[in-house]
Amino acid sequence: MSLAAQVLIEERFVRERMAPPSRFGDKAFQWLTMAMAMAVVVLVILTGWQLWRGSSLTVEKFGFHFLATSTWDPVAEQFGALPFIYGTLVSSLIALLIAVPLSIATAVYLTELAPLWIRQPLVSLTEMLAAIPSVILGLWGIFVMVPWLRDYPFPFLKHYFGWIPLFTGPIYGPCMFAGGIIIAIMILPIITSVSREILRSVPDLQREAAYGLGATRWEVTRIAVLSYARKGLFGAVILGLGRALGETMAVTMVIGNTPQIAASLFKPGYTLASVIANEFTEATTDIYLGALFEIGLVLFGVTILVNLVAQFLLKTMTTTTSATRAVQ
Amino acid sequence: MRKSSGRADNHDWRKIKNALASTGTFVSAVLVIAPLGLVFFHLLVNGASSVNWDFFTHLPKPVGEAGGGMANAIVGSLELLAIAGVIGIPVGVLGGVYLAEYGSARINSIVRFLADVLNGIPSITWGVVVYGLVVLRFKSFSAYAGGLALGLIMIPLILRTTEEVVLLVPNGYREAALALGVSRWKTIVHIVMKTASKGIITGILLALARVGGETAPLLFTAFGNRFWNHSLSQPIAALPLQIFTYAISPYDDWHRQAWAGALVLVTGVFCVNVLVRILTRGRAASVV
Repeated sequence: MSLAAQVLIEERFVRERMAPPSRFGDKAFQWLTMAMAMAVVVLVILTGWQLWRGSSLTVEKFGFHFLATSTWDPVAEQFGALPFIYGTLVSSLIALLIAVPLSIATAVYLTELAPLWIRQPLVSLTEMLAAIPSVILGLWGIFVMVPWLRDYPFPFLKHYFGWIPLFTGPIYGPCMFAGGIIIAIMILPIITSVSREILRSVPDLQREAAYGLGATRWEVTRIAVLSYARKGLFGAVILGLGRALGETMAVTMVIGNTPQIAASLFKPGYTLASVIANEFTEATTDIYLGALFEIGLVLFGVTILVNLVAQFLLKTMTTTTSATRAVQ
Repeated sequence: MRKSSGRADNHDWRKIKNALASTGTFVSAVLVIAPLGLVFFHLLVNGASSVNWDFFTHLPKPVGEAGGGMANAIVGSLELLAIAGVIGIPVGVLGGVYLAEYGSARINSIVRFLADVLNGIPSITWGVVVYGLVVLRFKSFSAYAGGLALGLIMIPLILRTTEEVVLLVPNGYREAALALGVSRWKTIVHIVMKTASKGIITGILLALARVGGETAPLLFTAFGNRFWNHSLSQPIAALPLQIFTYAISPYDDWHRQAWAGALVLVTGVFCVNVLVRILTRGRAASVV
């Protein structure tokens, strides 16, 4: 073999070895992962579209009256969602009134006041509370919490505060108040962990400045930490509200499931999520099913709106990662 | 004289307020954790006696007959989780990898935001959507529908955790691999994802534990079944569904079974959570 031929072969060999690798694998992988990420976008659109399509029948027939009337009579095909909207709002409000002070105080304790050794165990326990499935909390609610509430705190409230319309009337057991309390338990962990994340993101310089002025631990918390974190804490509360509005199983099991608008918290109520859970499989006519789809649409729209506000408030306060880590 | 004593009073008062705040917030923390202890206590008291061999091996008995078990519901839940995993894990993990490795800032912020929106919407919404998409179309409740509903819930959860842990992998690893001439996708799969595998698995496990306890999305997708499920296109039992059905029934026997089922479900969910805690021990301190 001549030298020239040998050089030629060598050169070809080298060129083949050194050729840039095929870009096919890279392109394919990038497209694949991108498709998967886009699935999230598709899901949101699909959900909205599906709910909208499912409820078109009732949207056409009832229009805005659906949201403003309170007759829910599947037999007569009259559908008004007002009692459910009312029930959802009132039970969530009760839940927030109970859960917000407790969880923010807990977050303050966990980040500012508690001895260091106790913090991690307590944090783990609040996370464990978040892991309890809703249906199990509901089970506990039916058989333990509701009978206890009926026997002790409710008669007490009725006896001493019966002059307030909220605490009048017969006490059945399952009622709006019980629903609110169970939702409160469900949203305690999320408000606590998001608030904790918010408080931890307050720069230490804030605290040091207050300590430097001779403040006590609590004064530092109040002046330098809480006032700084106000907006973020508000975001945590709104996020909790979002969860409260959509809570389904536990509430369904203790709220009494009666579509009515009553002043007394001892009366049974009904929520948007509960009515879907209870009546969806019973909906035999198209219009009935459509009404339940529309309730789903309302719930979807409202929770998105609430979450938007919460995200906005949290974003201005912390970096997105730390806040969303707490969310999960 | 007077002034200084006033100051001392003031100082004492501030100390008292400090002590009050510490005690008050401590009491709040106890109140927040109390339901956890109470639920556990009652689960053990009411459920432990009914958790026996029969519970794991037998079908539910008809009303009036004592005994029986939830074998079909336990297996059903596992089948549903398997279907959910097949849907949720690849989409969530690869989507998360895209956000961490490829996506532009703009696309990322949109996808991330929408994933958070999806995480925030009530789980029952998924039941309604899947009912419209699958059950109405195929005219039957099915294991596929239930699994799909759970899988869809898993997607945004896994996507967000995967993105986060993949972002934590130091850039030096990627550069080293690329400098050796490894193609980009192989670098991502073999170096980056492998380094982050512990975190990715943690995210997957947490998502499974979360949807394993979900009831609402299954009510009108998987629907429940009193017998063994022989085909995935038929209705299927699930542990949370069975607990719900039994809890709202008027029979004492069924209530006992509901408590037993709840104890089993909670034990499963908590085991996963403890496992996750063990997996992530040490990582929490160093990276997060």
